[in-house]
Amino acid sequence: MEMFEEIKSFASTFFVTGDPLIYGADVAIVMTMLAIVFVLTYYKKWGWLWREWLTTVDHKKIGIMYLIASLLMLFRGGVDALLMRLQLAMPDVHFLHSEHYNAIFTTHGTIMILFMAMPMMFALFNIVVPLQIGARDVAYPFLNALSFWLFFFGAMLFNLSFVIGGSPDSGWLAYPPLSELSSSPGVGQNFYIWGIQISGIGSLATGINFLVTILKMRAPGMKLMQMPLFSWSVLSSCVMIIFAFPILTVTLALLFIDRFTGAHFFTLDGGGNPMMYVNLIWMWGHPEVYIVVIPAFGIYSEIVSTFSKKTIFGYKSMVFSMMIISVLSFFTWVHHFFTMGAGADVNTFFAISTMAIGIPTGVKVFNWLFTMFRGRIQMKQPMLWTLAFIPCFVVGGATGVMLAVAPADYQYHNSYFLIAHFHQVLIGGVVFGYLAGIYYWWPKMFGFKLDERLGKWGFWFWNIGFYVCFMPQYALGFMGMTRRVYTYGWDMGWAPLNFVSTVGAFLMGIGFIFQVWQIAYSIKHGERDLTGDPWNGRTLEWSIPSPAPLYNFAVLPQVNSMDAWWEKKQQMQQGEVKQEPVKLEPIHMPKNSAIPFVMSFFWFIAGFGFTFLWVWMAVAGLIGVGICLLVRSFQYDTDYYISVDEIRRTEKALGRAV
Amino acid sequence: MAHHETHGSTKSYTIGFLLSIVLTIIPLVLVLNHMLSRVPLIVAIIAMAILQFLVQLFFFMHIREGEKPRYNVMALILGAVITFTIVAGSVWVMSFNEQVH
Repeated sequence: MEMFEEIKSFASTFFVTGDPLIYGADVAIVMTMLAIVFVLTYYKKWGWLWREWLTTVDHKKIGIMYLIASLLMLFRGGVDALLMRLQLAMPDVHFLHSEHYNAIFTTHGTIMILFMAMPMMFALFNIVVPLQIGARDVAYPFLNALSFWLFFFGAMLFNLSFVIGGSPDSGWLAYPPLSELSSSPGVGQNFYIWGIQISGIGSLATGINFLVTILKMRAPGMKLMQMPLFSWSVLSSCVMIIFAFPILTVTLALLFIDRFTGAHFFTLDGGGNPMMYVNLIWMWGHPEVYIVVIPAFGIYSEIVSTFSKKTIFGYKSMVFSMMIISVLSFFTWVHHFFTMGAGADVNTFFAISTMAIGIPTGVKVFNWLFTMFRGRIQMKQPMLWTLAFIPCFVVGGATGVMLAVAPADYQYHNSYFLIAHFHQVLIGGVVFGYLAGIYYWWPKMFGFKLDERLGKWGFWFWNIGFYVCFMPQYALGFMGMTRRVYTYGWDMGWAPLNFVSTVGAFLMGIGFIFQVWQIAYSIKHGERDLTGDPWNGRTLEWSIPSPAPLYNFAVLPQVNSMDAWWEKKQQMQQGEVKQEPVKLEPIHMPKNSAIPFVMSFFWFIAGFGFTFLWVWMAVAGLIGVGICLLVRSFQYDTDYYISVDEIRRTEKALGRAV
Repeated sequence: MAHHETHGSTKSYTIGFLLSIVLTIIPLVLVLNHMLSRVPLIVAIIAMAILQFLVQLFFFMHIREGEKPRYNVMALILGAVITFTIVAGSVWVMSFNEQVH
């Protein structure tokens, strides 16, 4: 009997209890897992899943897995957002209690940035970069798989907090002293730290991987200044990842040391200083927002050029402005805490450096406009999102410059004005960009286009919903509404605008449902891409079949100019290309490996152990990680060759003459 | 892969490993035994850190090797600029205008 009581008391703290929403989620999670297990078993797909996906080192498949994971996270983060908007729709609503609201805004922010935007970006890195620069894989395919699985298990660990142990609830950046043991004694904050740390190792590795891929693996003849702009944007983003992510890792490690060993880096007493955490976390946090937006700029550049049928205007200025932004991004972090009181000279420096970012960004906006000028614009889905992005981002940028005025920031700081601003640049810039990129490269991933009609419904719901949701929030900020309040009274006068904002959020939710419907519909009815070049593209990824064969390029292309594929098509039309007999050679490829999956799983175990402070479990997990490292170090049989015969067969099946 | 670059010998790795351990232990001993007063202690720790940095670069990061263009040198310079920004910037930001008071 006593043992039963013990189990009962353990379970009641281990599992999150007492909230009907959570119980509903518990049931949904168990049902979904059962359904997945049933389908995999019924159709005998376990082996296929393991061989084709879980152990793959193919960048195209890793990209697709990133995409699926990020869409799931978009759903989770989106549901969080809708719950918050429901709570705020009217004054004095008793839908979520204050702790629950705190947990939801925390997980919404963390998930949307780290587990939605980052993996969606890595999805596009993986799917596009090697194809665009004419490579057969990334520089380190094994590391690439490891990066994905570290992200995946990190994200799982973070999401687990919602049904086991309790969610973190000290804001998306977990400022101390709130995130210290004194104010957050539960395990939620540990879930936050370890979820991010584990996926952070993966992000750093991806940054290194793609930097090396771009510098070392471009097709023969492709100079850096002939490289497509998306690949340039990835290079710029990777430079920032490499320098910014270690700062995050160190900062969170110090916070964990505070919590785990009772140290005093960021505590209020014992010589600690919580403001040092704020200073450090934004040294990562500011570059982080450029890490996610610069690749979106690259996507827009590709799309504007393709759908205007023109070479991009101001290629060199595009490259320079991206590289300047990536360096400048490390000199603006204090604008997130002007009100901390660092002094007039500090605030002045960072206000000016922040405004300076507007210059290269403005250059890019004009370049996109000039590219469209006198172009033959085709209103396909990727172009629609690009056109929607420009005005949205300009307004978001302008309110950003308003926030950069340090004295005025004392008024805007942590108000809904700020909330509206960063959602405008993150949704209008990043999300629109990645959606545009997904529509654009979808045929390359799956071999069919996404349905235009349903896509346009989704597009308009998203766009109208966006403005209906966030424009009122600028006004609410001026009316004194601060972020992170879970309810407000009728006397504040905020009710009408909040209600409008909630309506807008649900319109965006409907837009998302249209997109899910669009994907489901297009799998069956979408226009098939038989040519590999559905948009009459300009860069190398469109020169190969859709989806690309395992080895991407049967023969590595020789590049002599920008827009290499477009040039080649022009020459072919004019009959200038001599049909030379192609000489195929065996292609060197990496072998699949289970180690990335297994090792990341051990990291998950270790992270779970550290979260609950079960040292035995953490040590066991880390030993598992160490064994995986050792095993990999002594593996020599890690690659193989695809024979000429097989290449010839594959190319023939894809309708290519070789 | 056709060309394998040299990645240092066991001897150089061992020397690097020993040096990095020694350079870690020295500041630890200095701090734990209260062997120096405040300013010399800070100077000593920073000196050890810089030496440690050089050991890492030369024995493990192969800064002397590599083909042209020297991406490793470019990355190092950018890294130095950003590291300087992080350290000096934090000192500046976190001094809270002390010189005024």
